[in-house]
Amino acid sequence: MTHATQTLDQMRPPFPAETGSGVYSKKLGMWVFLASDVMFFTALIGSYIILRFGMSTPWAKPGAVLNVPLTGVNTFLLICSSVAMVKAYAAIADGKKYFLRKVPGKTLQDGGLKFWLLVTILCGAAFVSIQVVEYIKLIGEGFTPAGYREGSLLAEHAAADPIKYGLGVAGMYGSTFFTMTGFHGFHVTCGVISMLYLYFTKVLPEKYSPQDYAGIEIIGLYWHFVDLVWIILFTIVYLI
Amino acid sequence: MHWWLPPGASTFAAPIEHLFVAILILTGIAFVIVEVGLAAFVIRYRARPGRKALYTHGSTRAEVIWTAIPAVTMVVLGIVSNHYWVMIKDKRSVPPNAYHIGVHAKQFEWQVTYPGKDGKLGTDDDFTIRNQLHVPVDQPVAVELSSEDVIHSFWVPQFRLKQDAVPGMHIVAWFQATVPGEYELGCAELCGMGHYKMRARVFVQTVDEFNAWMTQQAAGGTE
Amino acid sequence: MTHVAHAKPGAHGGGDAHHAPMSFWQKYIFSTDHKIIGIQFLFVSLFFLLVGGLLAMQIRWQLGFPGKPMPGGSILPQTMAPGGVILPEYYIQLVTMHGTFMVFFAIMPLLVGVYANFLIPLKIGAHDMAFPRINMWSFWLALLAGLIMFAGFFVPDGAPRAGWTMYAPLSARPDLSGVGVAQKLWSVSIVVLGLSSVMGSVNYITTVINHRAPGMTWFRIPLSVWALFITAILGVLALPVLQGAAIMLLFDQSLGTHFFDPVAGGQALLWQHLFWFFGHPEVYILILPAMGMVSEIIANGSRKPIFGYHSMVFAIIGIAFLGWIVWGHHMFMSGMNPTLGSTFMVSTLLIAVPSAIKVFNWMGTMWRGNLRFHVPMLNAVGFVSMFTIGGLSGIFMAATPVDIPLHDTQFIVAHIHYVLFGGSLFALFGAITFWYPKMFGRMMSEPLGKVHFWLTFITYNMTFFPMHIIGMGGQMRRIYDPTIYDFLKPQQPLNVFISYSAFALFAVQLLFAFNFLWSLKFGKKAPQNPWDDNGLEWSLPNPAPHGNWEKTPNVYRGPYEFSSPEAEARGTDFLPQSLKLPTDHDPLPAPLPATH
Repeated sequence: MTHATQTLDQMRPPFPAETGSGVYSKKLGMWVFLASDVMFFTALIGSYIILRFGMSTPWAKPGAVLNVPLTGVNTFLLICSSVAMVKAYAAIADGKKYFLRKVPGKTLQDGGLKFWLLVTILCGAAFVSIQVVEYIKLIGEGFTPAGYREGSLLAEHAAADPIKYGLGVAGMYGSTFFTMTGFHGFHVTCGVISMLYLYFTKVLPEKYSPQDYAGIEIIGLYWHFVDLVWIILFTIVYLI
Repeated sequence: MHWWLPPGASTFAAPIEHLFVAILILTGIAFVIVEVGLAAFVIRYRARPGRKALYTHGSTRAEVIWTAIPAVTMVVLGIVSNHYWVMIKDKRSVPPNAYHIGVHAKQFEWQVTYPGKDGKLGTDDDFTIRNQLHVPVDQPVAVELSSEDVIHSFWVPQFRLKQDAVPGMHIVAWFQATVPGEYELGCAELCGMGHYKMRARVFVQTVDEFNAWMTQQAAGGTE
Repeated sequence: MTHVAHAKPGAHGGGDAHHAPMSFWQKYIFSTDHKIIGIQFLFVSLFFLLVGGLLAMQIRWQLGFPGKPMPGGSILPQTMAPGGVILPEYYIQLVTMHGTFMVFFAIMPLLVGVYANFLIPLKIGAHDMAFPRINMWSFWLALLAGLIMFAGFFVPDGAPRAGWTMYAPLSARPDLSGVGVAQKLWSVSIVVLGLSSVMGSVNYITTVINHRAPGMTWFRIPLSVWALFITAILGVLALPVLQGAAIMLLFDQSLGTHFFDPVAGGQALLWQHLFWFFGHPEVYILILPAMGMVSEIIANGSRKPIFGYHSMVFAIIGIAFLGWIVWGHHMFMSGMNPTLGSTFMVSTLLIAVPSAIKVFNWMGTMWRGNLRFHVPMLNAVGFVSMFTIGGLSGIFMAATPVDIPLHDTQFIVAHIHYVLFGGSLFALFGAITFWYPKMFGRMMSEPLGKVHFWLTFITYNMTFFPMHIIGMGGQMRRIYDPTIYDFLKPQQPLNVFISYSAFALFAVQLLFAFNFLWSLKFGKKAPQNPWDDNGLEWSLPNPAPHGNWEKTPNVYRGPYEFSSPEAEARGTDFLPQSLKLPTDHDPLPAPLPATH
């Protein structure tokens, strides 16, 4: 694909944009898709806000049911993965297609695209895994989308201290918790799978170059979006 | 065969009817302008040999006129309508001397709770009847709506009163009946298989008839 | 990269020559060509339009002749219509699925799936959509969603039955509605359809912003493309909200959540807010593309520029923007705070203004034109006339006190059908006829098209106008037998009249179906520009080839330069957008986009 004959024959890609947006199509497309995802989470989070603050009975106290410290670590992991994503993007912009390379005068090796994207993937996968483990634990203790399961450990605790466990509204607590975090987790999983796909089909065979790394940029946009949603969720679901 | 709204039998009927007619006139004028205009253009400007269309991209003046007139009309309509809306639906508009009756909607019947001899809902002499709403004429009545299961809607056409009964909500709707007689209450929100037959009879009675009926009910009579 | 597949260096002989030859499957079934995808949407959506129509016929039978055995009804199972007599539980499935199929699987895909796909690249001078493979997926997901929804009729306990609006808690409680697994299928179908819509919208928006030919500035874009572009923005923002609601509904039924069940702290009204926050932009999705295409046809039929092109663009944007803040007008009686009702009344009354502007501008376009009444023009003028009635009836409902007697009655049903059938469907009859030659290389029969238009116009008004009257008289929506109520009995003759008119209306559509199908093979071969139109698509052969243009065209003027002095100088009354006159300068070539 040469660019030299671009203005004459517009049958050849990349098809030129009229003054347009100045943003290449794949990126524009990802922004539009992210707008739709914002609306999806708005529906879920908006419903949560209406349901929680429209209720006279208060929710369970933070930390009563959910493991805030562990999730705090998980949040940190996700933020780290976003940082790694930025590093990956910077690496390929500089043409660093490699994994690690020795840099004279520095002790730490310099990470290339292959390294940083792998870090992103691993952190993302770790986030999902920890969340799955948390889900299994919570359900085992009796926290389900329908509330505190009868006869479970949590149900006992809640009966003993209804205020701390928000007994009257446990059903709503469970409903909103699992729906919001579940769909977020689904989005993280899709992101990890996409990155794995790109890793094996484009990154390892070194098909990206400083002239063409759109895939990294747009998966990065998606990844930062997913991270931002988590920060919001962590705050309003775990901390408040 | 009716060609209009059913005859009104409450104090809401007149304002709603006037508003309806006002809108009918406004929309009627717009209707005539558009439809007659279209018909006239279709005839007058049809293609004929030798004719040429006028090459113009529009007229800012025309745009301003046909934007401003509808906009002003809509704003005025909104102000007038809101006055009646507040009167009918605002919580604070429920007259303090209104006679309160409880109406609990459920699939597929209306359970009407009367306050009994003491005139107060929620006391021991309350009694409940299925599918019969008795109200005194010329007296404000406040219906306290609730629902057992799904959303229903309390609808008496002649009273020009409609209000959804929503599970988990307690909603008060008021009216003042003006014409004694028998009417029908229907459900106006799809509530399941029996939605179509969720019908109750409504009796607007003179004060004497109403009191007599109330006494008979309190004494355990069934009507 | 999705467009690598097209970039085979080498000779550019014919339109298709830059591709390796494609198999039948690649070319017609798993096509990434926007035109083929549009045609695929056309066939599938017309099928669902037929399904919706057949459901309507059964509804009208029951309303006109309550409790009587329906002719042909004996083929229905005992659970639906024993002895051909429609059961109440089947009736509410009919009303629910009629609305569902018509809104989601007929009108929306006909307007957007067909015409956004078919027209956008052609009318802006692009070779295809920005993401052709995602576009293909958009079609297959829409088809999958339609089949999942259709399956609802064939599972135990039949189709969903809470109305196309699916109000909770009725929809969330199968024990109260009687529905079985079909309610879950509804949610799944909606989520899949939402994905299809979003994929489509991503394509339409990106393509219009980034892939316009040189010279195709924003204010030279045809109104059909403007309308489809704005509609795509509405879609990308509204459908995900419905997906969220559908998922919450699904979870209420299968995971034991309680979003909409007040028993455990949920809120019934939450469903309504979510649904209508989506639902109101949705109805503008169902009308804006129709308005856009009507603009094309009226300018063409009048041989005049569109009157007030800029106002028309701002009206489209105004309608779309205001459409986000009117959703509560579906909820005036819902128990929502009456003060909220006041605010929604104001925004709803205001949205009448841009719609009025459009109607006056269409009339202005026809004024002093040289009107050609080809079949598309007949349908477009029919649109203006019927949409006006539908819009005006909306004003009654917008005024909240008047909504009290009208809410949830047949008056609303009349309004909906005047804008959706009198509006969108008439526009579609016009659009299908207008772009048929570009799609299939043949013309539809003009005499048959004219007879279809007039008979439809007459039977349509006979069917739906009287619904205003019986709605005023108090007939509620979705009731199985109006004669249960004494106050409705006197109106029953009008119900009978409406039903007969509806049967006639449906029968008349067979003319259109025949015309459409017959002309595929036997229609007159179409000249390249049969309507003497200015759009870029008419500079291509019929049917348009894969990849559209060998070389991206240049655009020299706006889309509606009919009867201009330059056109006269050439001895015609139209001036295509891509035609270069000696006095024209070439637009600047497009700059390269960044690739990172």
